Amino acid sequence: MQNGGGDHFQSHYMPNTPHERAEMLGVLGLDSIDDLFTDIPSEHRNPPLNIPPPMSELELRAELQAMAASNYDAGSYASFLGGGVYNHFIPSIVRPLMTRGEFLTSYTPYQAEASQGTLQAAYEFQTMVCNLMGMEAANDGMYEGASSLAEAALMACRVTKREDIYILDTVSPTYRQVVETYARPQGLRVHVLEAGRPRLAEGAACLVAQYPNYFGYIEDLAAHKVAAQERGALLVVSADPVAMGMFRPPGELGADIVTGEGQAIGVPMSFGGPYIGLFASRKEYLRQMPGRIVGRTVDAQGKTGYTLTLQTREQHIRRERATSNICTSQALLALASAITMAALGKRGLRQVAELCYHKAHYAASLIGRIAGYSLPIKGVFFKEMVVQCPASPSVINRRLLESGVIGGLDISHIMPRCMLLCVTEMNSRQEIEALAGALSEFSR
Amino acid sequence: MNPTDRKYSKEHEWAKVEADGRVLVGITHYAQDQLGDIVFLDLPSPGDRVEQYKKLGEVESVKAVSDVFAPVSGQVVEVNPELAERPDLVNDDPLEKGWLARISSDTLEQDMDNLLTAEEYEAFLESEAH
Amino acid sequence: MTARQEDFRRLLMERSVPGRVGAILPTPDVPLQKLPDESLLRKDLDMPEVPEPEVVRYFTNLSQLNFSIDTHFYPLGSCTMKYNPKVNDEVAFLPGFAGIHPLQPDYQVQGALKLMSLVQDYLVEITGMAASSLAPLAGAQGELCGILMIQKRHQERGEGHRLKMLVPDSAHGTNPASAAMAGFRVVSIPTDGRGNCDLEALKKEATPDLAGMMITLPSTLGLFDQGIVEVCRVIHEAGGLVYADGANMNALLGQVKMGDLGFDVMHLNLHKTFSTPHGGGGPGAGPVCVQPVLQPYLPAPVVERRGADGRETYTLVTPEKTIGKVAASHGNFGVLARAYTYIRTLGDAGLRQVSENAVLNANYLLERLRKRYHFPFDRRCMHEVVLSADWQKEKGVRGLDAAKRLLDYGFHAPTMYFPLTVAEALLIEPTETESKETLDLFVEAMNAIDREAGEAPELAQGAPHTTPVRRLDEARAARRPDLRWQRDGG
Repeated sequence: MQNGGGDHFQSHYMPNTPHERAEMLGVLGLDSIDDLFTDIPSEHRNPPLNIPPPMSELELRAELQAMAASNYDAGSYASFLGGGVYNHFIPSIVRPLMTRGEFLTSYTPYQAEASQGTLQAAYEFQTMVCNLMGMEAANDGMYEGASSLAEAALMACRVTKREDIYILDTVSPTYRQVVETYARPQGLRVHVLEAGRPRLAEGAACLVAQYPNYFGYIEDLAAHKVAAQERGALLVVSADPVAMGMFRPPGELGADIVTGEGQAIGVPMSFGGPYIGLFASRKEYLRQMPGRIVGRTVDAQGKTGYTLTLQTREQHIRRERATSNICTSQALLALASAITMAALGKRGLRQVAELCYHKAHYAASLIGRIAGYSLPIKGVFFKEMVVQCPASPSVINRRLLESGVIGGLDISHIMPRCMLLCVTEMNSRQEIEALAGALSEFSR
Repeated sequence: MNPTDRKYSKEHEWAKVEADGRVLVGITHYAQDQLGDIVFLDLPSPGDRVEQYKKLGEVESVKAVSDVFAPVSGQVVEVNPELAERPDLVNDDPLEKGWLARISSDTLEQDMDNLLTAEEYEAFLESEAH
Repeated sequence: MTARQEDFRRLLMERSVPGRVGAILPTPDVPLQKLPDESLLRKDLDMPEVPEPEVVRYFTNLSQLNFSIDTHFYPLGSCTMKYNPKVNDEVAFLPGFAGIHPLQPDYQVQGALKLMSLVQDYLVEITGMAASSLAPLAGAQGELCGILMIQKRHQERGEGHRLKMLVPDSAHGTNPASAAMAGFRVVSIPTDGRGNCDLEALKKEATPDLAGMMITLPSTLGLFDQGIVEVCRVIHEAGGLVYADGANMNALLGQVKMGDLGFDVMHLNLHKTFSTPHGGGGPGAGPVCVQPVLQPYLPAPVVERRGADGRETYTLVTPEKTIGKVAASHGNFGVLARAYTYIRTLGDAGLRQVSENAVLNANYLLERLRKRYHFPFDRRCMHEVVLSADWQKEKGVRGLDAAKRLLDYGFHAPTMYFPLTVAEALLIEPTETESKETLDLFVEAMNAIDREAGEAPELAQGAPHTTPVRRLDEARAARRPDLRWQRDGG
């Protein structure tokens, strides 16, 4: 594609025309742009660049719409897939507010006077995360749920000055892998424990639990707290924020550090990201917390204002002794989540949680009655449950797709012929009954 | 400005021998001025051992972290309990209310001999300024 | 600030009125199920009760307290605050992209995997490397992945004793922080008078325990290291591997390939070079690109293309000797979709012009500002220029003051006091999306601030005067952390 005549491509993102470039080079006393790049070894200059030529927005949009439309999305199919990422209601106000240019195109609020909007919104986010989780201090977010949990385990090791991380086998296997990736290079040891009656060894830094757990069931956090406390270890919890609309928050049950995947509140599934890692702790551990923290203070005239605070923990000041290397995180998604929590509010958060609960249990009651299907785990579940099937879940899922249904997560590598089924407020009764109907085709 | 009742290190700490032979330590006016508003102090726990010229703790200002070194070797018997709530005492009154720790030194005489007198410390500051 | 603006400083919990609602949810369409035992349920949920119009007005008014690229010139050095095209956001929000779940089987998400595969290809082509993983979620995570790969490679060769990581003294703080997280011992290498890596100092550290070196190119001083090929050679000769921090790739797009210079592994900041919005501090994406020697160690997963001639299929695979997973999913897909759109929009010709215009704009600023502001090097800069305010400091105006005063002139402040090696540093990065007219206005403002420093230094010392708040008491914020609203006032 060419434009503007001649062989010069004039991008709509860059104002400089050849005329202005010549004028500016003149100010520099140079003849050519090449004169600006003389520090680059000449044998390596101007390499071939095998990238397609420029493309207009009109053409590109059509191409990308086709590419997107080839995927099976939760808007066009009834989705019962969870396992850490969830299809939940996002109020219409969220996208227009979060994509306002003043939020979307600003940087990390290092210049507090020019960033009060971002900072105040972050303070709101921290407040609501604390209230939801029953904790005393929260940061402005981490990358996502798994790395947030890994950072919490590292933090527990710093707080206790110990090196052994104990993690329940009911924590998401993927989350456990990420904890491994983060812990191993620092010489920290990760031990997996059976959830029934976890026993920690002497010198444990923390016990890590998921709430509800990976399989959707409520963990007895109070008992886990006792097990941790006996060894002087911290209780670290990864919690689903949506479940906190009705279940007792981890802070009330003794958690010392609480993390979570904030995607479920206000963030589209987007094939894996960007999401928002939640991170909260007891106040006494504040100075070991990773990530950005916003505080309220006053300005030179005594007026209330907000600023990044406790920055000496962070990499740009403490460098190799920082609490984490995290820099750019997920502030925009923290904003999306804050707007969603504000809109849903006290009542809406409870309603969403209860809708999930009723619908999931209704689905369970229907599926449990189909011959060949069973729910092998006993206990209280929230919006996810393990369903044992009469056939391979992957085979069943292919058939479900033909009925317009994206089925549950195939976990047959963990429990034979099992799928992890998720039901949220987004699933109508009709969808749930259609799912049960399609499943019954495999009944025996 | 730097009283003669104590001695000083080139890292800008002071050490003052008390009547019972224990040593009160802190940082100098010069040090607090260089650090700016002090917001947090990370100090050892009573019972911890410290060595002369080795790290005693950390002092944080808004945008910097600095190590503080022990002017004498020995065992920490007490850290200033006020500082957790009032780190600004180190800025306001570094030589009295803003003391950092009390150390029981087993090599007291030798360690104190290693340090600078007020006069020597001021000469040192003078030389650093040029 | 007006009384109306002042009202928007009242927090959500202070606006909350019992009984007001911000969203209506459906009544249950299924038979109600028995709730669990009371002891498992929470008694109270202290969250705001604010109606929808007020939520909208509140956040809209908050947004207006910000400076942003959409509203201001934002020459924040090392951050590449360029214009963020709107079409990129539109693509990311397409239902077929925003509405797909990361755990769907590959056959259900071929379009998304194809996009990821193409992004991998483009990044490999741009960097001159052999392979790429899009898994890292930000630059710092990319750094961590890069040096974990170096570490694992050494370990597999029985050289696990290589634990020393070199980092130039001008490096961004994430470099040493990432190295420490990976368990390396960090050694700082000085910069010479020309702004290049001090080769003599480097050679002294080229010892048998050397793991590698992390280098930002161009450096955070905005300079292209004239000895870079030699630096890579010295590290390699000592058995180390060289990591490139791609934070400053905006200077080099299409001009040179990092792989050709001798780098073994690098990360790219899609939110800088490829113009995905910064969002007030994220999301970013920090894909890593590697030479063949490190390909088996890439973070999981990567997308593999199978078949050819229009019958390609795409699969997520785990590299053979992977360093593992760094997040639950496979990368910040929404950011990748934006970067893909950006690369295709600009194409080969446009990408080359990005670096040309970015470097031209920075040098134009340098030329016009160097009479009044001290430039500590005797050479040209790349895409950003580090000036020192030490001449202004003599008149009582520090770098901080000059930066804050710029806010009053309607420009975002440059990066201050970084790199640490330049006194009173002001790091200015104009980017390619600014016009000569904007640059000229900025020069006028900088010159005016210099004049003020001589005539009325208190103007800068007390700046900013026109922002929603004046300078904040950061000491108070850190001494008595107030991090959330509390009913009793905290």
